[in-house]
Amino acid sequence: MGFFHNYEEMAAMILFGIGFTTLLLHKNMIKKIIGFSMMDSAIYLFLAAKGYIEGRTAPIVVDGVQSMEAYINPIPAGLVLTGIVVSVSVTALMLALTVRLYRRYHTLDIDEITAQVRKEEQ
Amino acid sequence: MEILNIILLVFIIICAVSVSLTKSLLTSIVIFMSQSLAMSVIWIMLESPDLAITEAAVGAGITSLLLFVTLKKIHAIDLQKKEVPGHGEDQE
Amino acid sequence: MAKTRNDYENSWWPRFVRWLKNGSSALDDAMYGDLEEEAVLPDAPAGDAEKREAQWDERRRLLLRDEQDMYSQVHAWSRSKGAKLAQWFYRVTAVVICLGIIWMLLQTAAYLPPFGNPDNPANNEVSRRYIEQGMQETGAVNIVAGMILDYRAFDTLGESNVLFIAACSVLILLRISSEKHGGDAVAQLEAEADDRMYEPKNDLILQRIASFLVPLILLFGVYIIMNGHISPGGGFSGGAVMGAGLILYLNAFGFRKTERFFTFKTFKVVSLCALSFYAVSKAYSFFTGANHLSSFISPGTPGRLFSAGLIPYLNIAVGLVVCCTMYAFYTLFRKGDM
Repeated sequence: MGFFHNYEEMAAMILFGIGFTTLLLHKNMIKKIIGFSMMDSAIYLFLAAKGYIEGRTAPIVVDGVQSMEAYINPIPAGLVLTGIVVSVSVTALMLALTVRLYRRYHTLDIDEITAQVRKEEQ
Repeated sequence: MEILNIILLVFIIICAVSVSLTKSLLTSIVIFMSQSLAMSVIWIMLESPDLAITEAAVGAGITSLLLFVTLKKIHAIDLQKKEVPGHGEDQE
Repeated sequence: MAKTRNDYENSWWPRFVRWLKNGSSALDDAMYGDLEEEAVLPDAPAGDAEKREAQWDERRRLLLRDEQDMYSQVHAWSRSKGAKLAQWFYRVTAVVICLGIIWMLLQTAAYLPPFGNPDNPANNEVSRRYIEQGMQETGAVNIVAGMILDYRAFDTLGESNVLFIAACSVLILLRISSEKHGGDAVAQLEAEADDRMYEPKNDLILQRIASFLVPLILLFGVYIIMNGHISPGGGFSGGAVMGAGLILYLNAFGFRKTERFFTFKTFKVVSLCALSFYAVSKAYSFFTGANHLSSFISPGTPGRLFSAGLIPYLNIAVGLVVCCTMYAFYTLFRKGDM
């Protein structure tokens, strides 16, 4: 047992926690977005680590060898490959919303934006 | 190989903590970029070259560029000005 | 009815309640007094009315002042010390909760099957099927490409659509059109142009390096896309590389040069053509596959450039969508238009 057998997964968990803390703790929206991207990459690291098998190569058929014992698990790689590109578009969408909010309220501080919104509602 | 892997993992965790702790937005974005680059080496170590190419182009390239352009848009990259917008929490 | 109510008000329980909230309800009692007084006011003689009015005005003024004093004290406290206390409490709680989450996740990670072990439950018959039969069934040497563009092609279609929709949303959020909004939009456009004024234009070093690097980057992107089924890569990675190359070209030579070959119309036409080609070709292959019809698409000889059935063409479609999306994000953020 022990933690050290799973050091990749362990690092992914710690990275996820740090990203979540950044998301909660900062008022600045850009920092929040970076924390969100860090949570993304932690998930990808976890998935790819689950697919890795010691001493095997990437899932590209070489010299016609097609046994299960030669290659790592291709499924997490396929899932993460699309995930990375989609996460960029999510980041871009969040940044576009941030730019719009900045144009409207002239600040990035989410508390100030909330205060101004409340003032406008009254 | 295992030692290199562990060094890289420790590096990305240190990068993540320092992104959270740095005050300047520009610095934190550069650190985030280097974290993505280290991630792309980790993908190579995990035998996933597809992911390494994608992460190097997307994570270290385009995400950071978009973040930089956003900073430019909101006039946060202005070295003459002391007060950077959205830094209310750092002035305490 | 009124009598019953008065009896109730004088019985022991309401009196106990009044005693219980005596301190805070002093103001409320005074207000009740006001209301009752106003209710009896019309019955009083007319001469007294003005005097009583003045008296009550005075009393109301005093009460209001007391109230304002109290509130301002509370506000001052909440603005200075209370806000700091709440912020400190929030931060400490957030850190403690996150440390708890990390600790729980680490506990879970300790009980997961060990890293890199071939007997892990994740390495089950699904990946065995993909590895052992994938090359015969799809014709792709790169098993990941065969998986995401043949076995799971429907999923990839959804993901390309996510990219296109994200680009459209950014377009809606950031586009500044001068026809719709008139002079206001023109002023905003000028402000954006002014924002770009201080950047180095016609920077010789950047232009020379770019004229050397951009063809290589684009060529590398095309190589990754075209060889997606026989080597690492594919539409997603190659498209991102090509998008990055286009962004470098844009940064070195400016919008005038890129607008000759990439406008909003190009983005629309290329993305829609690629997505509909993907949808139509996969619909054909699903239709023939589901109905056991013979299809003219054959896997071909694995390892050759034009093999693996539809996979190279689907890779090109995905790559075009990704490339257009990345470039569109950048131009929309920079200029507010394409």
